[in-house]
Amino acid sequence: MDDKERQGNPATNAALSRRGFLRAGAAVGAMAAGAGAARAEQQPDPLITEVQPWASGWGDGVDATPYGLPIEFEDDVIRRNVGWLTADVISSINFTPIHALDGTITPTGCAFERHHSGAIELKKEDYRLMINGLVDKPLVFTYEDLERFPRVNRTYFLECAANSGMEWAGAQLNGAQFTQGMIHNMQYSGIPLRTLLEEAGITNLGDQIKDKWVYAEGADASSNGRSIPLEKALDDCLVAIKANGEALRKEHGYPVRLVVPGFEGNMWVKWLRRLEVTDEAVQSREETSKYTDTLADGTSRKWTWVMDAKSVVTSPSPQMPIKHGKGPLVITGMAWSGRGHITKVDVSLDGGANWQEARLAEPGADKAVSRFYLEIDWDGSEMLLQSRATDSTGYVQPTKDALRAIRGENSVYHNNGIQTWWVKENGESENVEVSS
Amino acid sequence: TPALAEKFGLGREALPEEINAWTVEVFPDGKNLPEGSGSVADGEKIFADNCAVCHGDFAEGVDNWPKLAGGEGTLANKDPVKTVGSYWPYLSTVWDYAHRSMPFGNAQTLTVDETYAIVAYILYSNYLVEDDFVLTKDNFLDVEMPNADGFIVDNRDEVEVPKFSEAACMSDCKTDVHITKKATVLDVTPNQGGGEDTAA
Repeated sequence: MDDKERQGNPATNAALSRRGFLRAGAAVGAMAAGAGAARAEQQPDPLITEVQPWASGWGDGVDATPYGLPIEFEDDVIRRNVGWLTADVISSINFTPIHALDGTITPTGCAFERHHSGAIELKKEDYRLMINGLVDKPLVFTYEDLERFPRVNRTYFLECAANSGMEWAGAQLNGAQFTQGMIHNMQYSGIPLRTLLEEAGITNLGDQIKDKWVYAEGADASSNGRSIPLEKALDDCLVAIKANGEALRKEHGYPVRLVVPGFEGNMWVKWLRRLEVTDEAVQSREETSKYTDTLADGTSRKWTWVMDAKSVVTSPSPQMPIKHGKGPLVITGMAWSGRGHITKVDVSLDGGANWQEARLAEPGADKAVSRFYLEIDWDGSEMLLQSRATDSTGYVQPTKDALRAIRGENSVYHNNGIQTWWVKENGESENVEVSS
Repeated sequence: TPALAEKFGLGREALPEEINAWTVEVFPDGKNLPEGSGSVADGEKIFADNCAVCHGDFAEGVDNWPKLAGGEGTLANKDPVKTVGSYWPYLSTVWDYAHRSMPFGNAQTLTVDETYAIVAYILYSNYLVEDDFVLTKDNFLDVEMPNADGFIVDNRDEVEVPKFSEAACMSDCKTDVHITKKATVLDVTPNQGGGEDTAA
């Protein structure tokens, strides 16, 4: 609903005028609680004792919002970008507001974007997918063709290879949205890539699948071409036509994107237009100049596809200060691994000196985000909050120092080091690093 | 689960013209390079007209736009400068990427010969060829890229995974815990007002 519609709607205008009143009411409540034992003197809450407009008049009709947006009070739960990170906003990144979300599914409307030549508009009618190269018969599919293949539903995280990349040399950005928010987790409906490759026929490859590749490219100007091992393509990759139940958002590759579970987000080619089976890697720009990881001695790793186990406490965090004072506190966060599923998340309140096991909200799922909780009784003292993920292969999320000891500070990508939040006595948090 | 080996008879055979139109990527061994050529001198002019506004007259980069030249020997420095000359392993990638995705905002407008010329000029800007050099399909693989041997295949499974798969310490893991770095010292985080975020 835009401002114009809002102004034209009496019920919502009434709600707007109540905002100041609500906040004043909340402040009175807090003061009363601060007064402690003076419970007997507490005034009755007018939000309870007085009939409120919403309990008397009308709300919006069912025709007000054919496709709704979040209520205006949640207007801080949005994607944000950081201007100085890139030369322009066309080949750039923004960040999912993970600090304010819960559960595991990322709402598509605030799920981060990363484009190399902008979010293009590609109609289903104009969409074509080509499969060529070392196949029995090169094929062209329309969108309608893709809808007729057997489909699966799978939930996976997509993490940009550069997530947390600005933090390699030290604590830089102040908020989980900025330091760990190049990630989303969606349920995809799509066709196994294997099905499409077998439709074109790969029988001519015989048993030589191990050395073969699939070069995937998008319809946009950047093309974002990447070489994917054929073994991975035949394993669990999907050609997705829906995310979280609806068509892909334009900015997420409408109408078709590649899903490459557990692998760095760059390989999840959007606006997918072509898949070519090849006998060598193309060594495209996005796998030579970019998405290669420079080590301390000046050599660089290439083909670092998997995203290792990682986690972050999303609340409390710099954007989520503790406002309620001492007492019960919910510490929550997210954990994920490209190598398998999350089996355990440990949380430390003292900068990694001592750890306790958090509670996973649900059993970990393969290459998908897990939500964890640790409920504590906060005594109001400073904390150095950390989380540490373990995945089903036994891999334990390392500290940033442990990673830097092996890689140096110039890897750019694949920073899965443990994050520390310094929670101060006033409830505010700050992004810090601590001694190892 | 669907019987995956089964064929569904969906899609239609791609025509040679269609395959040729989209299969333009160039491989490190030169596969898919089209016939053509371009000189440093021609490249300098084409680069000035199409590329220099962002990448600089000498491919040195303007503002925050990518530097295409320079940075030799800096890869092990505190702040490495990664360019075509200092970092890129294959010339094929330069040709392929420029031809398909540049100029930024007006991609796929360079002819084959223009692309050869621009690539020749970028090589010259990196002091890798002389100013009378002409790049062709035939001498393409003769160009030596300084960092061709600078890459190793992902070795995390050998050098990291065993180390990070040891049982984790749960208590009394450190004796001295103190803050070593703070984000607020830098103060480069955008404001949280929503919608109006700009560079700090």
